[in-house]
Amino acid sequence: MKLKLPANALGLAMLMAAALPASAQKTTAEGIAEYRAMLADGNPAELYEGRGEVLWKQLRGPKNASLEKCDLGKGPGVVKGAFVELPRFFTDTQRVQDLESRLLTCMEQQQGFSAAEIAKTPFGAGEQKTIESLVAYISGESRGMKFNVPQSHSQEKLMYAVGQKMFYLRGGPYDFSCASCHSEDNKRVRLQDLPNLTKQPGAATGFGAWPAYRVSSGDLWSMQRRLNDCYRQQRFPFPGYASDATISLGVFMGVNSQGGISTAPALKR
Amino acid sequence: MSDPMRIRAQAQGDKTTVRVLVSHEMESGQRRDAAGKIVPAWFIQSINATWNGKTVMSAQWGTAVSKNPFIQFAFKGGKAGDKIVVSWIDNRGEKRSDEALIA
Repeated sequence: MKLKLPANALGLAMLMAAALPASAQKTTAEGIAEYRAMLADGNPAELYEGRGEVLWKQLRGPKNASLEKCDLGKGPGVVKGAFVELPRFFTDTQRVQDLESRLLTCMEQQQGFSAAEIAKTPFGAGEQKTIESLVAYISGESRGMKFNVPQSHSQEKLMYAVGQKMFYLRGGPYDFSCASCHSEDNKRVRLQDLPNLTKQPGAATGFGAWPAYRVSSGDLWSMQRRLNDCYRQQRFPFPGYASDATISLGVFMGVNSQGGISTAPALKR
Repeated sequence: MSDPMRIRAQAQGDKTTVRVLVSHEMESGQRRDAAGKIVPAWFIQSINATWNGKTVMSAQWGTAVSKNPFIQFAFKGGKAGDKIVVSWIDNRGEKRSDEALIA
């Protein structure tokens, strides 16, 4: 509650500022939407998509292999439409995997990289950079398609339930949970609209925009990096890269996005 | 080697609009790394575009231009199928040139 006071006061001040010229001028939200539209024309995520496509087909790693035999859930090498059906259960690994954890599996099995090594690498460096380009390419191949994250396998249902628990779990020095910010409509942090990730249309607006190019950091962020930052903001310990905890949140948000349109890789402030 | 630029050029009436997304770090020279050392400036110094070999846009850039910059300009003339070539040189002397056809 202590935390909320200054935020509310600020919100009120902004509301008043916005209310005065409201009749003649556009609202704050419209202004931001316009700014985004202007930027969207030159979304640098496109550069990452191009690089990702090259990396997907390039012979790399100790085994000097490409990723073209990588099964993202729709059969070996099928990229189109794979993103909107992830995370899902994979029989070969006996795990529910999201895009990044699946790429780790493929890079280890087919190219001979060490998945554990990559998971330890800081974001934006080394092979993490490779993954960031790959997720831009792979998600871009499903742009405009509808989310259909499967819930047929018992493991997928279990991961949804775990993800839901994670989402509502309050803790840390701020006594925060994901739900503190993302379970109500029409909330905002400063000028950023907070999507309600528990249902449509908020779930697809939020979940369906990542991976995205973050203008403020000048880099493409995967969903894993986005979640890592959410936990940093909540002052939780950092979750493990591609850990079941993060994947379960992906299942929760992905299933909630059912039927929504994927806009990834999008552009964020 | 830098990544290719994304160039889109569209003719409409007697005007052609060109949009270019450039891949470049555009390091300002004002930032410090984790060890406290200044990250050396690294930026595109000059960029130009030609239409069928004739220069239609040229610019001198500095460190105030963002990372992965986007540039849009229009010129009179141009029709579908004409060639647009965009080239840049940065302060390290690295160069890149990419081309696209007007749609």
